[in-house]
Amino acid sequence: MIRFEHIVKRYGQKTVLDGVSAVIPTGKITSLIGPNGAGKSTLLSIMCRLLKQEEGKVFLNDRELNEYGNKELAKKLSILKQSNNLDLKLTVRDLVSFGRFPYSNGRMKQEDWQKVEEAMAFCEITDLQDTYIDELSGGQRQRAFISMTMAQDTDYLLLDEPLNNLDMKHSVQVMKMLRRLVDELGKTVVIVIHEINFAAQYSDHIIAMKEGAICYDDDAGQVIQGHVLEDIFEMPFEIIERNNKKICNYFNL
Amino acid sequence: MARTGFKHIGIYIVSLGAALVLVWLSFFIGVKDIRFADLWSDGDKLSVFLISRVPRTLSLVLTGAGLSIAGFIMQQLSQNRFVAPSTAGTLQAAKMGILFSVILIPGATLLNKMLFSMAFTLSASILFMFMIRHIRFRSATFIPLVGILFGNILEAISTFFAYKNNIVQNTQQWLLGDFSSVIQGQYEAVYLILPVVFLGYLYADRFTIAGMGESFAKNLGLSYGAIVGLGLISVSLVVSAIVVSVGAIPFVGLIVPNIVSMLFGDNLRRTLPITAMAGAILLLACDIIGRLIVFPYEIPIGVMIGMLGGIIFLFIILRRSK
Amino acid sequence: MRQKYLIPSMVFLLLVVATLFVFYNTGKNLDFVLPRRLIRLATMLVVGISVAYSSIIFQTITNNRILTPAIMGYESIFILFQTILVFFYGDRTFQAITQEENFFYAVVLMMGFSVFMYVLIFGKAKRNIYQLLLVGVVLGALFQTLGQFIQIVIDPNEFSIVQNFMFVSFTKMNTQLLLIASITLLVSLVYVHRYLKYLDVISLGRDIAVNLGLDYEKLIRKFMLVIAVLVSVSTALVGPITFLGILVANLTYELCVTKKHRLVVVCCSLLSCLFLVVGQFLVEHVFNFSTNVTIVINFVGGLYFMYLIFNSRKRI
Repeated sequence: MIRFEHIVKRYGQKTVLDGVSAVIPTGKITSLIGPNGAGKSTLLSIMCRLLKQEEGKVFLNDRELNEYGNKELAKKLSILKQSNNLDLKLTVRDLVSFGRFPYSNGRMKQEDWQKVEEAMAFCEITDLQDTYIDELSGGQRQRAFISMTMAQDTDYLLLDEPLNNLDMKHSVQVMKMLRRLVDELGKTVVIVIHEINFAAQYSDHIIAMKEGAICYDDDAGQVIQGHVLEDIFEMPFEIIERNNKKICNYFNL
Repeated sequence: MARTGFKHIGIYIVSLGAALVLVWLSFFIGVKDIRFADLWSDGDKLSVFLISRVPRTLSLVLTGAGLSIAGFIMQQLSQNRFVAPSTAGTLQAAKMGILFSVILIPGATLLNKMLFSMAFTLSASILFMFMIRHIRFRSATFIPLVGILFGNILEAISTFFAYKNNIVQNTQQWLLGDFSSVIQGQYEAVYLILPVVFLGYLYADRFTIAGMGESFAKNLGLSYGAIVGLGLISVSLVVSAIVVSVGAIPFVGLIVPNIVSMLFGDNLRRTLPITAMAGAILLLACDIIGRLIVFPYEIPIGVMIGMLGGIIFLFIILRRSK
Repeated sequence: MRQKYLIPSMVFLLLVVATLFVFYNTGKNLDFVLPRRLIRLATMLVVGISVAYSSIIFQTITNNRILTPAIMGYESIFILFQTILVFFYGDRTFQAITQEENFFYAVVLMMGFSVFMYVLIFGKAKRNIYQLLLVGVVLGALFQTLGQFIQIVIDPNEFSIVQNFMFVSFTKMNTQLLLIASITLLVSLVYVHRYLKYLDVISLGRDIAVNLGLDYEKLIRKFMLVIAVLVSVSTALVGPITFLGILVANLTYELCVTKKHRLVVVCCSLLSCLFLVVGQFLVEHVFNFSTNVTIVINFVGGLYFMYLIFNSRKRI
């Protein structure tokens, strides 16, 4: 369980996070949504120690994040951010095997390779394992990176806008994969996501942010309601229900 | 690793073989005609062999390996293919260090020069890393341009002081690598490269991971700052040891890692031995050719590498743009 | 309000400094000192204007504030050419080839270099301007290595002849040479004047410029040619001053609120001349010739460059 209390983060004069607290439910997909500049990515980065907060604490399994050693934490929680150097000529297999680094320190054992194989199979990139990552399409590359964090074998996966630059087909592929991670392997996934319909379709829990504060923190079904979304995004919404699925329309209203 | 192992073992053997042949040639080519059999019969020739040929060959091998590895580390840490000692002001900083040691300490010893040069290269590398963090526009060809300008600044500062002390021509000499004056007792600083080669191999994975970015490294539980620091110290050690003992050698750190990466990819631990050997082969070959074409005179290796390396680098830039 | 007086006040300042430079501490040999100082002054004006125009045009078309055409190989070609002359003719160099011929060949060589690079880069595939620069820098390094090699081979006395070319010597200028350089400069300025207004649009980037109906590639070609001429002129006259361009162009952007390039280049030219004249004055009367003005300007300009990079408020 990840829990954070009264997180405050400032960049110079500007307060980006203003004392936010919440609990990330275990074994679910939690989506962080909200307008640009609401502080979603900053919060995600603080949750995994990539950024330091000015005030407040983050707890992982009731132990403060700072008390974990680097390696220890890397076995419990992984983060995937957008800014990865794609200029490197690494094969997919090499990349995924880096996920084992916290365990192997570079000396891969049989069981490490086993995990790598499993991770590649799960993300359906086994066929691509000898391809260099700079030759992959956007969707394949994203799956390769997710596969690496899977090989890391952590209970928690944090992803910062994993659908960026992906077309609809690949977005759906990635989201289905995350869904399987939760449903089949019991992981906990936290994503920052912009497209509200992807959040509505695939997440269990939604934390909505606005101007550095959390304004809604509830089951997906509770947040995906016309008046709630209108409040978050300050524009009209219409919720269409079809086959028990909620679809958010915000066009031509 | 298991899957591609055989292919790599083959390449290791081939490059090791090539390196050994060149070492042999380097031992026995020179103004004084020395043959293998002479080493046992002729005391005179044996001492020339030991005082001049062996040190020269060893320093060629170490310099080539060290510069290639330094280049590789710099490229990983800066996340840019075109960053190397010659495009990040590192060589100029080493030269500046020697200049200041000569100006400040009359009759500076090799150790003085080495320490000054090391301090200057390390500070320059750190400064350069900070610079590229401040640049938002991170195009592959822009960063090395900034690095070259940075080198020009260091050069300008050096020239300011060199001109005042009337030693401009000497400073020119430091920047032009030359192995012909390498003899026993004057080249031993290059042995400092050995531990770096070893460390480079041990830390290979960590440098590759750091090359994927800070968040990537932190996610895997590594201390990004420590890896960068270690990398920069290694680079400064290698570069200053080389500049002090044989002078600056351009382009090696730039082209060798690029070529190896084009052919074999970027998994540092796997390709690092190839990189090191390719660097040694390149330097040995250039030095031997330089010794032969104007025999009995020599063309300094700095010129040979400067020309050959420049042409190869142009090829790499133009190729990558496609 | 301030802007209105900027150019007049800079002109005034330059006049004051120039007068001071010419008449300060002339001593008794007025007839001897005055003509020499006037020639030096004229040289600095020619160089100042060349550097200002080439830097502003270059930075606008590359859309970048911290680069200068001087980092490309021009200087190495120039120095290599001089080194080769000294290598072949030794101390008879000045009898073997007149300074005018030397200047002419040097300019032709450097322009040839520009054309070659241009063909190389823009010939078949479309490549970006930074590649052009990097290729230029690498070619420069190639020539430099060759030059260094020859410099080590030639004996130290002859090296001092080359060294004279490597650092500005405003001190022994030839009027004939200055005349040719001034005419070249004047022709280039007249030619480029009517294209300057396009720079205002080009500074918005290629796509917008094309969208607004400019023949972008053709214009860039013209500008590159002018830059090549101007850089060649200033390099051949006084040798390399890498950082002067960066220094004065950026100070101009600070001072000059307008983005109209016709005004910006004037402002920058004035500033660049001011720097050179003040620098040379200091070298002559404060440092007593113990250093020279290129070295000082590269020193100051280099530090300013670092400031530009670390001053993160600026877009780089």
